[in-house]
This record gives sequence, structure tokens and C-alpha cells, in this order.
Amino acid sequence: MTTLVPTDAPAPLTPSLLYLDGVTVSFDGFRALNALSLQIAPGEMRAIIGPNGAGKTTMMDVITGKTRPDTGEVLFDHGIDLTRLDEASIANLGIGRKFQKPTVFESHTVEDNILLALKGDRRARSVIVARTSQAEAQRIDEILEIAGLSAQRDRLAGLLSHGQKQWLEIGMLLAQDPKLLLVDEPVAGMTDAETEATAALLRRISAADHSVVVVEHDMAFVRALGVKVTCLHEGSVLAEGAIDTVSENPRVIEVYLGR
Amino acid sequence: MITRALLADDRTGKWFLAIVLGLAIVVPILHLAVPETSPFHISTATLALLGKYLCFALLALSLDLVWGYCGILSLGHGAFFALGGYAMGMYLMRQIGTRGVYAHPVLPDFMVFLNWKELPWYWYGFENAWFAFLMVMAVPGLLAFVFGWFAFRSRVTGVYLSIITQALTYALMLAFFRNDMGFGGNNGLTDFKDILGFPVQANTTRAALFAASAVALALGYLAARAIVSSRLGKVLVSIRDAESRTRFLGYRVEHYKTFVFTVSAIMAGVAGALYVPQVGIINPSEFLPANSIEVVIWVAVGGRGTLAGAALGAVLVNYAKTTFTTGLLAPYWLFALGALFVVTTIWLPKGILGKFNDLWERWRSSRAEKTETKPAPVPQLAE
Repeated sequence: MTTLVPTDAPAPLTPSLLYLDGVTVSFDGFRALNALSLQIAPGEMRAIIGPNGAGKTTMMDVITGKTRPDTGEVLFDHGIDLTRLDEASIANLGIGRKFQKPTVFESHTVEDNILLALKGDRRARSVIVARTSQAEAQRIDEILEIAGLSAQRDRLAGLLSHGQKQWLEIGMLLAQDPKLLLVDEPVAGMTDAETEATAALLRRISAADHSVVVVEHDMAFVRALGVKVTCLHEGSVLAEGAIDTVSENPRVIEVYLGR
Repeated sequence: MITRALLADDRTGKWFLAIVLGLAIVVPILHLAVPETSPFHISTATLALLGKYLCFALLALSLDLVWGYCGILSLGHGAFFALGGYAMGMYLMRQIGTRGVYAHPVLPDFMVFLNWKELPWYWYGFENAWFAFLMVMAVPGLLAFVFGWFAFRSRVTGVYLSIITQALTYALMLAFFRNDMGFGGNNGLTDFKDILGFPVQANTTRAALFAASAVALALGYLAARAIVSSRLGKVLVSIRDAESRTRFLGYRVEHYKTFVFTVSAIMAGVAGALYVPQVGIINPSEFLPANSIEVVIWVAVGGRGTLAGAALGAVLVNYAKTTFTTGLLAPYWLFALGALFVVTTIWLPKGILGKFNDLWERWRSSRAEKTETKPAPVPQLAE
């Protein structure tokens, strides 16, 4: 055991699961992220809001390895530097992502979509001989139950409705069992009832000790989540705190919520 | 056992294997045992033609594995076919021995003609059948592995990948045309005498080569089927339909693509190796980009992503080609081929076998509806 002695250690030993510090990303001179700093604690759910072009999706791209930041630190789970890893390694570390446009494997059945997402050995040489184990089959049943898709399990994912696809994708995230879920606009195009059910589902996921970051435009949905809110603007944090504090912030009202 | 498990829910596959293996037995018998006067006799020319079709069918199958299931549109698969063919050709050249025009015990005729004094190092070992047959698979496989590794790691996809596969086969064609490459320049390798000690031209050898091609096609089908019905096959389809999604699930897409591309190239190489002794020649024109594009048409016509359909397409299109390019219609063959591709794309997007499967499903569900009083749920497209 080591005792905690204040040193100038290079990596900050923060209790946060995800740690972004001074992250800047430029595309052809346009700063999509401008010295963005953000911390997510283990088991925390965070809502990210902000106007179009505020850098919400770029932030997710940086965390998942799709985009490399120009400067800044992106650390995950006790100091793993995400900026050096590719998408597959980051996913296998335990970061799951749901896209803005629902992206499921349309020519696979609902069940196979979940099966392919299940946490496990992803190496080609193991996958070619993989057989669905009893534990896996059980887990698939559970997830289909949670996502409300049990009756659809043998249908092709391409034949699902928009809302069902969104849920299937959330189910796939659950199957990955990640430490951190990044969810981009999960309720876009959903009915009110579906929106409410989605909020409940996300709260349930977060309660099961997963950290969740939700990017969403729907303020009613964000309010329903009842979590700490971060408002991004022009690539950096404009305001952070409880929903009521943030929504009363005059700058937030000016750039995002409107008067 | 494994075969039975593989084909458990593959109705088309059972038919396909039954037909191919049936051909492997029936065609040689009709050629060898039925007298020439009988209408059932198969002539040497027809036998060679049918053998060629089966090799093309295996080539089409190999392309369907990468294109139909993983979305890799290779426009250079002819290169792997030709490399397999050259490896076989080198073995056959070394079997000629002193029977060549110059009667040199070691050097093939073209090397004597070029005044070469000794065998280039890369011809070593090809006098042994086992080594040559290994190279038939190893050379295309290794090229595909290296090419695939770099291309897929750099995330070259779609049209760009198709273009560089074209460039690959074109570059190989130019290289093989050069005399100093040591592969016979534009004449290629020909004038073969023996294969495994049997005369290449003999009817029994031809019949055996035909049967071998049919067996290779059947084995190729089983291998491809094993891949696409495994969990890895599901990942391949996922890559085809949503590549970045697959990556964000944690799959190393480039490994999967390289794997399937290599397997496919090996299959194409075997097809080329069986093709060469049956047609009696291999030359650089096999690397022509147009050849590789034609393979894509076979697969599209037969049914992309159906395996058996690809083989069917290869046989049908080549049969049409044989018919059309002999006789009055000869000048119009390329127009017919182009028209076939257009027609397939517009009216048969799933190809012949895909269309057939759709009709079969519809017929079956309509019959099920009649027998049960309750109508079967009709799947409807979202949006």
C-alpha cells in the first residue's frame, strides 16, 4: 500500500471516471471544441445541452476515438489516455456509444443485434468459433425484456419502427455493459410516452452503476432525467449545475433557451 | 457431421451440393463410358468448357464471400485467380522436362529462348507437386493478406478500395507482360504435358480435373458457408451494413476484413489452379481489369450474398458468353453483357437466386395463409 503523498504526479489521480481537460479540436480553422474541460464521476448521469454547433457530438467523437484532439487530455478510468487508442480499444475499455441517428444492424434479427453487442472476446479467431452460451442466451432474454423487444426478437431490425430502433440501440449498449454510456439524442422522434419510458430506462441503467452522458435538445426530457446539466456553447462549458440553476442562467437563456 | 449441421437450415445449399457433386460423377461417366455415337456422350470440348465454368463458379463464390457478406467490392479478384493459375502453370512447366522444343532438362523453353542460363530462384521447388499446390494457395493468400492489411488498416473503403484493387490487378498484368519477370511474358505458360504423372490431354485426366473442380467448388461452398453462418459471419454482415457502428461495439474491423479477404483470395487461387490445366494456358491477359469486372457481373446476376447464386450466375453468364460469342451474334456480346447488368440492377436487384427465394417465400406464406384460417403477419417496412 502506498500513502498519499502530494507529488507532482503527471496523471491526475481524480476520482472521476472520465476526465477531459483543455480539449481543443479544430476543423479547418473552426474550433469545434475550445479548451473544453469536463469530469464525470463513476455512476453519475449527466445531461449535456447546448445550441447546434456547440460541440456536443465532437466531444463524443473525441471520447470514443473517432476524432483526435489537437491539444488537451482525455483520461478514463484511473488515467488511461484515450487520445492514443482507436475506437475498438476504447469500446473494449468499457465506453459505449449510441448515435444520434439510430444505427442498428438492419439485416440482422433483433436478437442477433443484442448478441453481437454482448460483452465478450471480440478477436476474430475467438468469434469464428463462438457458440451462444447459456449465460449469453439468458442475458439476451433479460435485455430484450428491459428494452421491451421480447416479442420482436426474431424480426429483422430493419423492420422495426423508429422508436423501437432507438430502444434496440440502447439495449445493445446495455449488452456491452460499459462503464460509461454516451447517448446522443435518445428521444429524437419519439412520442411523449416513449420519451418518458426512455428516461426511466436511462435512470435504471445509471442506477446499476453505469455512468451515463446524455446529449439532448428536449428540455422536458432533460428535466425528467433530474440530473446535473452541462451547457456547451462554442466548444466550451457555458454553465453547469442543476437544471433550474442552468436554465435561469442569463447567458444560457441568451444563446440557447431563448427569451 | 459438421456438413450436416452446416446445411441443417440451408435448403439451397443442399440442392447446390447435390447438383455439383452429381455433376462430378455423371459428367465424367458420360464422357468416358458412353460411346461417342450416343446423344448422351459429352465431347472433350464440352467437358473442358464445363470444367472452365466450374472454376469460374468457384471464383464467383470467392468474390461473393467478400462482396456479398462484407461489402468489399473487389474489382481485382482476377489477380488472385491468375496468381493461382501461374503457380499451377509453373508446376506444369517443370513437368515438361526434356520434351520441350529446346529439350533443356531444367529450363522451360521461354527461358532457353531468352538465353537464360539458370532457373530463377522463385522457380525453385515448383517441380514438386506439393510445393506448387501449396503456393497456389499461399501466393494469392499472402498478397491478399498484405494488401488487405494496409488497405483496411488505412480504412480505405467503398469506391476507393475498388479502384485500388483494379490498380493491383493492372499493375500485376503489366509486370507479368515483361519477359524479364521470368513468367513467359505475353505468351505466358503453355504447352503442358503432364500433371501428377498423367498426360494433361488424356480424356481420363480431363475427366479427373473436371471432377476435382466440382469437388473444389463444393468444398469452397462449405468453407464459405461455415464462415458466413458463424458468429464471425454475422460480424461481417454488420461491417457491410454499418461499419463504424461495428467498430464502436469493439470489433477490430480491419482484422475481420483482412481475414475474409485472404480466405477469398485463396479460394480464387485454387479456382485459377484448376482452370489452367483444363484450358492449357495461362498468360497475363488473365489479369485484365475487365475480367475482374466480369466476375462482379456474374455475382450480381446470380444473386449477391447468396453463395450458390454467385456460382449459378457464373455458369449462366459464361454459358451465354459461349453461345453469343460463337456465330452471328459475336460482335454484340459486350452489349448483351452490359444490358444484362443493367437489367439485373433495375429488375433483379437480388439476382436470380434472390428473386427465386423471394417468390418461394411468398408462395409458402400464401399457402400457409390458406391452410391456417388466421392470416400470417405480413412484415411491413418501417417508415
